[in-house]
Amino acid sequence: MEAGTLSPSREPSSAERIREAAREHPARTAIAVLAVIVLAMIASKGLHDVAQRGLNGLTTGAIYALGAVGLTLVYGILRLVNFAHGDFLTFGAYMAYLVNVTWGMPLVFAIFWAMATTAVLGIFLERVMWGPMRSRGAGMLQLLLMAIGLALVIRYVIQFVWSTELRQLDVNRTDTVEFLGLVIGRTNLIVVVIGFVTLVATGFMLRYSLLGKRMRALSDNLDLAETSGIDTSRVILWTWVFAAGFAGLAGVMAGAITQLQPELGFELLLPIFAAVVVGGIGNAYGALAGGIMLGLVIEWSTLFIEPRWKTAIGFIVLILVLIIRPQGIFGRARAI
Amino acid sequence: MLEALTSPPVAVTLESFTDVAFWTGVGIIAGTYTIFALGLQLNVGFTGIFNFGQAAFMAIGAYAMAILTTETAISFWLSLPLAVLIAIAFGLVVGLPSLRLRTDYLAIATIAAAEAIRLFALNARELTGGGQGTFGFSDDWDSISETIEGWIRDLGWADVPTLFPLLIVVWTVAVLLMYVLSRIQDTPWGRVLRAIREDEDAARALGKNAFSYKLQSLAIAAALGAISGFFLALNLKFVVPDEFLPIVTFIGYAVLILGGLASYWGVAVGSVILWTVLEGLRFLELPLSESRIAALRFILLGLVLIGLMAFRPQGLFGKREEMVLGD
Repeated sequence: MEAGTLSPSREPSSAERIREAAREHPARTAIAVLAVIVLAMIASKGLHDVAQRGLNGLTTGAIYALGAVGLTLVYGILRLVNFAHGDFLTFGAYMAYLVNVTWGMPLVFAIFWAMATTAVLGIFLERVMWGPMRSRGAGMLQLLLMAIGLALVIRYVIQFVWSTELRQLDVNRTDTVEFLGLVIGRTNLIVVVIGFVTLVATGFMLRYSLLGKRMRALSDNLDLAETSGIDTSRVILWTWVFAAGFAGLAGVMAGAITQLQPELGFELLLPIFAAVVVGGIGNAYGALAGGIMLGLVIEWSTLFIEPRWKTAIGFIVLILVLIIRPQGIFGRARAI
Repeated sequence: MLEALTSPPVAVTLESFTDVAFWTGVGIIAGTYTIFALGLQLNVGFTGIFNFGQAAFMAIGAYAMAILTTETAISFWLSLPLAVLIAIAFGLVVGLPSLRLRTDYLAIATIAAAEAIRLFALNARELTGGGQGTFGFSDDWDSISETIEGWIRDLGWADVPTLFPLLIVVWTVAVLLMYVLSRIQDTPWGRVLRAIREDEDAARALGKNAFSYKLQSLAIAAALGAISGFFLALNLKFVVPDEFLPIVTFIGYAVLILGGLASYWGVAVGSVILWTVLEGLRFLELPLSESRIAALRFILLGLVLIGLMAFRPQGLFGKREEMVLGD
């Protein structure tokens, strides 16, 4: 672009044209790069391995995406970097444990109970903490440190009640399902299916429902949304219902395929942040796509490096995106 | 240090309230966190950069010192300045790309960088000893410690705690650093930092290279983090990745806010208050298991952060006119 305006007579070289196209269509570029990487991986490691790891990646990716969509909406709408979001996941997982194991009821009830209680927690905190702090005009660091304090309170209340002992939900951990030569645990399959159904439904809700449109309007520009007649405080409450409810669901899903411990959600928080940043902060679709992409990249990385290093991949992706394209793959260039 | 937080209470009787060895340990932790949080004060309180990766600088200081001393021919004393230089280099590597970012992105970038360092320490077993950690680096310090202990005994205190010399040294260094930093803050350099904190564009309009100043601020914070890492390592006599969890940085922020922003001496006050309260909880005779008491201390820490942010964001001793959180 710059080269073109400086010397309009010169034809841009093909390299320049590609770079410009990449800047214009970052999402398409990202998908194209990903496709090239996948083809290269299939060529070097074989279709079966790539597909099998990819399937695992979709499972974790669905959890990241569900966590990320709530975090990004809260961030976009309330300008709150919610460090307690990971502990919402933990809260949901333990709420499911309460119903599923302690009270011995089916997991379906546990999932709904976890989503409902986490959503109530979200609304409660909005009413007693975030709302009042916003109306006092609290600064970014003030809210950030408050969220960190809240994260500690939630996490260690959970530890106080349930201790650090590893706990398991009452799910089938041995059965596997085979198709096309790929193997997936029955529970993992259920998690992937629930995750994707929820993600697609969320995408449609944001795209077509009035509430979804209002949420995106608030995320874009809160003041403008307010002056155009949207009841912002209502939308904010609904945002918390979705953000916390999905966090609760993601927590149950993570708990179902691994084990419960008080750090469960906090350990997922940075990959979730990575998904948010990859998708562009405040961009809900971006967070959904970013979560899936991150899950895939992390699992595929184990084809080349030892699995013990895979957690670090999430941070490397996060740092690289922040350096190269801080507005995210799907974000528009704004003041970063 | 986290060990101290999660380990079972030593005693819950009133007589341990006057236990000198116990309070010596608390004093060392408070001194270590003072130095740690001085770096945060320089960054947050005086420059306006939200560094959430301070634990990584502490880790690099501790690991570099331990590894250089045990794995190479370099002496313990030479390893200290080298470790500081390595931490500064890492600070520059982190700062160069991330200091251009908006403040909220910077917070996420620095905490991610810190976690990357911790995971590296956990997984690069050949270099760091992995989860088991590194030890056997403290011989030179131990002999000095014994000499100081001998002097104190000669003064007539027969049962001086073994760690008492470390307490003296950590607070001597902390006070020295507080003095130097306070003096630097009154120089033109220090005033530019404050100008950047108040209005970066205005500082730039006056011809100051804001980015370079912010980078210098982060580099000094890295050096301070590394120094606090030395004292952590000498206190524990080993270095393990679990000592550098993000919560270490969060405790540093609690110390910072408690003492008040834009005050170096406040950091020491904040650190002493916080650690006295956290460790003093052991003397409450609660009918609870040890792990629950440990959880209770972190709940308290969280409530302190929330309460301060809600009701006194400038901290207990901060100056309201210098408050930077409400912006």
